Amino acid sequence: MLTRWYDLKRHPHAVWAGIILISIALLLLPFATEAVLGRSWVRLLDLALLYVMLALGLNIVVGFAGLLDLGYVAFFAVGAYLYALLASPHFDIHLPFWTLLPLGAVVACLTGILLGSPTLRLRGDYLAIVTLGFGEIIRIFLNNLNSPVNITNGPQGINMIDPIRIGEHSLSKTESLMGIPFTAVHNHYYLFLVFAILLIFISVRLEHSRIGRAWVAVREDEIAAQAMGINTRNIKLLAFAIGASFGGIAGGLFAGFQGFVSPESFNLMESVMILCMVVLGGMGHIPGVILGALLLAILPEALRYIGPLEQLLFGRVIVDPSDLRMLLFGLSLVLIMLFRPAGLWPSPLRQRELADREQS
Amino acid sequence: MTPPDTPLAATATTPAPAAGNALLQASHISKHFGGIAALTNVSLTIRQHEIYGLIGPNGAGKTSLFNILTGLYIPDSGSATLNGMDLTAKKPHEIARAGIARTFQNIRLFANMTVLENVMVGRHLHTHAGVFGAILRSHATRLEETAIRQSAIRLLEYTGIAQFADTLARHLSYGDQRRLEIARALATEPVLLALDEPAAGMNATETDALKQLLETIRHDGVTILLIEHDVRLIMGLCDRIAVLDYGRKIAEDIPAVVQHDPAVIAAYLGA
Repeated sequence: MLTRWYDLKRHPHAVWAGIILISIALLLLPFATEAVLGRSWVRLLDLALLYVMLALGLNIVVGFAGLLDLGYVAFFAVGAYLYALLASPHFDIHLPFWTLLPLGAVVACLTGILLGSPTLRLRGDYLAIVTLGFGEIIRIFLNNLNSPVNITNGPQGINMIDPIRIGEHSLSKTESLMGIPFTAVHNHYYLFLVFAILLIFISVRLEHSRIGRAWVAVREDEIAAQAMGINTRNIKLLAFAIGASFGGIAGGLFAGFQGFVSPESFNLMESVMILCMVVLGGMGHIPGVILGALLLAILPEALRYIGPLEQLLFGRVIVDPSDLRMLLFGLSLVLIMLFRPAGLWPSPLRQRELADREQS
Repeated sequence: MTPPDTPLAATATTPAPAAGNALLQASHISKHFGGIAALTNVSLTIRQHEIYGLIGPNGAGKTSLFNILTGLYIPDSGSATLNGMDLTAKKPHEIARAGIARTFQNIRLFANMTVLENVMVGRHLHTHAGVFGAILRSHATRLEETAIRQSAIRLLEYTGIAQFADTLARHLSYGDQRRLEIARALATEPVLLALDEPAAGMNATETDALKQLLETIRHDGVTILLIEHDVRLIMGLCDRIAVLDYGRKIAEDIPAVVQHDPAVIAAYLGA
């Protein structure tokens, strides 16, 4: 059903109307959110967009190529720390944003190749465990590289990172356009939106290319893929490298946005969270992955409202919402997996396949 | 039914099986798994444009030999050459590039891809679009993508499964899955097509159709190596047959001779 709405060939007018409506909605979204829910929610939107980028990157590795990577956050960390180190008083280096972001993508990509080349000989569970280890190694490195030479400033992290600057404008300053104030969270929202759309575009283009087909072939049957003349080692490395560079871009944006990075932000739970976004949304299906990322980024925050809800229903807060939050979060994950095993929004083909399985 | 212009890249020539030059030469191949000798000193020569059968009782080492020739296993000793090119230390994808395409005994399709996509994957070897070409969708990439699609469609027509182009491979019937494997293998433009029990699980009608397809493929210039249990198919189709038993080659000749070879009869009847 849903595929009908983005089938450009059959409904060109509906699609263009849809695109225009969605664009307007996306442009107005931060202001609407601020008006209804408050500014902290706009900040949440910014983070959700970063998660969309991360989920898209991991989707290339897990969804397309079928390589279970549990240490994906390492590439996010590499991008964030690269930005932090080269645009902060820590080393007193202040490279511009437009240099740093591509550099972050390239360095993360190289890290991906570095981590991938020894590990991609492994498959399935073994690969998952090794990538999990590598993810932790990066974090622990960041945590401990403050002596004998202070590189990462250890657990204190790096602060006073230069804000992202586009031309003359610093995104962290409030600017007025036609009397409308654009605060830091608004500015970052639009920047992140542009990058998220760019990464969506790249993902879609790659999916429908010879490379995307080779990834899926490797996922479906590695031996058959080899017999088709696909150099599976290289094609898997490519998936790792491109996925990693998405992470690097998101990391750079994150560092510029927060103004502060510390190893805390890049723990295993983040990797698991991003993986959940990919799996719950619908592995290998880009719209599903985006939906998963938005939902899981926002859901934990939304569950804070359990407190006021209890107040309303029972007159007092019976269970502390912060206790209940992760419990409900886990419960919702279990429910989604029970009732939508292929993800919330799986690709139409997979949907058909599941329907067939139910019939038989 | 042969389309007037064959989608196969190899130039079509009239088959001259007996007079063909050696295409694939395997010499003195041995392979052990633990204490079990899967293959002992097996040599064989496949000539250009012939259909070469490989038969033998279960566990005789046919598939092991296949896997060695296609790079999945590394032999303990011995070597293989294709058109004089050494295959011994090559990886599966390099062997595919060298010109051997194969199918699998337990069908190995890309189950969750469509039939057309399966064949399109087979074009990987002969296409070049890189990451940036794919992202920017340059003119060259678009042309290439169209060419991939068209040649895949032609191969589906050639193998007679074009009507299923947009079905998931897993939803095909058994016989059509086997055909799809052949179409996908042909997409790599092989000089040697190696088929591991292509008629397994097929009924008589399907087997006859398969036989016709294989003859057409051979006619269009691709040499075929065939493992098969269906005796009628093997005898009716193959120019020459090698018989393996307990990892040794016990006979190699034209079907009529092999059929009456006492060693072969003994191997099959267990006498």
